[in-house]
Amino acid sequence: MTLEGTTTRRTVISGIGATGLGLALSGPLAAAQDATPAATPAGGTPPVVGGSLTVYCGRNEELIGSLIPNIEAVTGVTLDVRFGNTAELAAQILEEGDNTPAGLYFGQDAGALGALAAAGSFAPLPANILDQVSPEFRSTDGLWVGVSGRARVLVYNTAVTDPDTLPASIVDLPTAELSGPIGWAPSNASFQSFVTALRVAEGEDAARAWLQAMIDAGAVTYEGNGALLQATGSQEIAVGLVNHYYLYETLAENPDLTIANYYFPDGDLGSLINVAGVGMIANSGQEEQAQAVISYLLGTEAQTYFSQETTEYPLAAGIEAVDTLPPLANLQQPDIDLSDLADLEGTLALLTELGLI
Amino acid sequence: MIPATPSTATDGRPAAAGEPDWLAGRWRVQSPFTVGLWALAALTITLVLIPPAYLLMRALQAGDGLWPLVFRERTVVVIGNTILLAVSVGIGGIVLAVPLAWLTTRTDLPLRRVWQVLAPLPLVIPSYAGALAVIGMLGPRGLLQGWLEPLGVDRLPDLYGFPFAAITLILFTYPYIYLPARAALLGLDASQEEAALSLGRGRLRALFGVTLPQLRPAVGAGTLLAVLYAMSDFGVVTLMRYDVLTRVIYTQYRSAFDRTLASALAVILIGLALVILFGEFRMRRRAAFYRVGTGAARQPRPVPLGRWRWPAFAFCILVAVAALGVPILTLVWWMISGTSALSNLENLPGAIGGSLTLALLAAVATTLAALPISILGVRRGGRVADLFDRLSYVGWAVPGIALALAFVFIGARYLPGLYQTMPLLIVAMAIRHLAQSVGASRAALLQVSPRLEDAARTLGRHPLGALRAVTLPLAWPGIATGALLVAITVLKELPMTLLLAPTGFGTIATEIWTATGAGQYGRAATAAVVLIMLTVIPTLLLNGRTGSRTRH
Repeated sequence: MTLEGTTTRRTVISGIGATGLGLALSGPLAAAQDATPAATPAGGTPPVVGGSLTVYCGRNEELIGSLIPNIEAVTGVTLDVRFGNTAELAAQILEEGDNTPAGLYFGQDAGALGALAAAGSFAPLPANILDQVSPEFRSTDGLWVGVSGRARVLVYNTAVTDPDTLPASIVDLPTAELSGPIGWAPSNASFQSFVTALRVAEGEDAARAWLQAMIDAGAVTYEGNGALLQATGSQEIAVGLVNHYYLYETLAENPDLTIANYYFPDGDLGSLINVAGVGMIANSGQEEQAQAVISYLLGTEAQTYFSQETTEYPLAAGIEAVDTLPPLANLQQPDIDLSDLADLEGTLALLTELGLI
Repeated sequence: MIPATPSTATDGRPAAAGEPDWLAGRWRVQSPFTVGLWALAALTITLVLIPPAYLLMRALQAGDGLWPLVFRERTVVVIGNTILLAVSVGIGGIVLAVPLAWLTTRTDLPLRRVWQVLAPLPLVIPSYAGALAVIGMLGPRGLLQGWLEPLGVDRLPDLYGFPFAAITLILFTYPYIYLPARAALLGLDASQEEAALSLGRGRLRALFGVTLPQLRPAVGAGTLLAVLYAMSDFGVVTLMRYDVLTRVIYTQYRSAFDRTLASALAVILIGLALVILFGEFRMRRRAAFYRVGTGAARQPRPVPLGRWRWPAFAFCILVAVAALGVPILTLVWWMISGTSALSNLENLPGAIGGSLTLALLAAVATTLAALPISILGVRRGGRVADLFDRLSYVGWAVPGIALALAFVFIGARYLPGLYQTMPLLIVAMAIRHLAQSVGASRAALLQVSPRLEDAARTLGRHPLGALRAVTLPLAWPGIATGALLVAITVLKELPMTLLLAPTGFGTIATEIWTATGAGQYGRAATAAVVLIMLTVIPTLLLNGRTGSRTRH
């Protein structure tokens, strides 16, 4: 790539970053035709480093795929992206050991990031990357950094449930008066991260008691968040414990469903904010590329994308969440260190003991 | 030495005159051809044993903390559930498949040709999609409930758990039994049944006394496939919330990042599968299934069903509605109601190409790997050949994710040049699907008399030439059925494709997975419909071939 070409493409792309706040980035190249050039890049512009990088991406291709050409254009890094399930890709990196082709892991759960960090798969990230994200959304050891936030919520059906009747704390959910059963997905990673948080914050016995109360209340097990949204929409269940952004996916697909998110107020554990984040694989020989891509992901353009397109909470570059979401600042993050959520083993032992997984 | 009598050749292998049967194939001087077959079979079986060996290694790596977790009460319950589900799927599958196979090949069933086309088709529906369809249709608040709402039905009974899991698996795996049963029925010599009839047996007694017993190898092989599939399937049991070994194994892999308990449970699952495999082998009556007389095999005349004609027709309609109508209607419903149905289709052509390439290569590789094993099993026999035959099923019993991670481990550490390339993916696919090909080709070879091959050899043919000129053409419908089964199953495969395919390689299955993950059920349904249409074509081709072929 010539220097001239590089400059042109970068200018165009940063133009998208400045003017494209309301644009759908899913058609980035079409949008680029109309973008005003010469806008000043906001946030730290990642360096152009060239080379190639293999990314193991536990996030959906549909959500991340359209970012890839932009990342390549801005950083000059050729990406080889392998999509898969967040946990399965983590297991794959562990099985591959030192021979993993991956240079960057992009997972959608702090637990998976923590597990890889604990296994020594990640190299520490430099301070200039870490400092872009508030400390509660990155690893205390600097081994991974959150890129976007996702809140735990209770999804309910507006046709049959008045949100004012929903409990103020998730602890009271099992005894709440509801129009039908509660749905949950104990095998879902985000739910397990919540249980880990409950154990860390309230202690092992309180966590067990809550889970048992949920079982006694007849909580219905589903495979995942998507199934819970559908089941709430069809009134198979009254409420479901899910991540906040599934609502927008589900409504985009089926606008007639009368479903909405309920956020447990006042820093309740039920509204724990988990992250999708990245870790740089140690000794991959692709560290420079990995850092350039992480810088891009934390920059204005990508953070705007996560805000607008995936309806998540941006965690860097001063970008705000879309206004249909309660602002991140109003959502008091419970007093939990996401790095502590790596202790999934204890959570799994508990869930297993109770016969939930 | 006990002189061999012709009756010792009962399991389809020729016994050399003057030597005891058990010696045949062991110490006799082997031709280079036979040695080559043994070498190929041994190589394949070695590859098959790599994943179980890896899983055992992983399980043994765990400290003492593992064993209380493995041998807890819940594991016992889960093993019990696994056995219950496996047995139910086996019995249920036979009850659906054998009557269907007989009705569509041997009777004057109305619209027989149509049913021949429809009966194997549920196989093309990914069981995961089938499960979603069954829930969407028959769930407590599914489509059926919606239709019944005006009648005051506001909730259907909750069938989650064993009933839904068993119903779904039976509906979408019975073709594993139907296809070999039909191929065997087409390969049968009608004169035996006619002889029974001429000796005064009634139609029913001739059917149960002569015809059905001859289907045993084919039905046994097919039932094994259905049962082991039920044991290794993850999608259905998860969606139906039924607690079996695979569900626990997947949950461990997906959430624990600790692969030791998952591996230990997978080893238990393989153990269970081996018990079933060797149990079926012992139960199998050793008998010859080829014709020995002079003259040509006869095509049977259709059996008149009489007053049973319309009840049989109703039975076919019921199966077709449940196993094809419900899922296809549900998929179409999602396509119509989902806003994403016709969006993001630009990946689809590439995905179709990827699926076809993978299915074709995997079907060819699996068939080539399976033939030495089934030929040795049928023609040479002996303990080693029998053992090979049984072990060839192991890959089919291992949950896909466990098999995939075994190959990740081997590939990344010892075969870096092959890791995440097509060749290694094809090898892994061949190991996973070997059972389908071995089962189908074995049943087909059993129906070809070794004397035909011997005759070709006395006429100067090389063993390989005799095999190619005589045996393989005669056994071709069965071998092709096996290849078709492999192709169809590979088209639906997901976990191994995700972990082992070259980066950037997509199939329709990964496309469905991506769409589902993004909540785009309409788009997922569109891709699923494309997948189904794609698999219908080879199924129809095969039907035409087996239906019109003149038998010898």
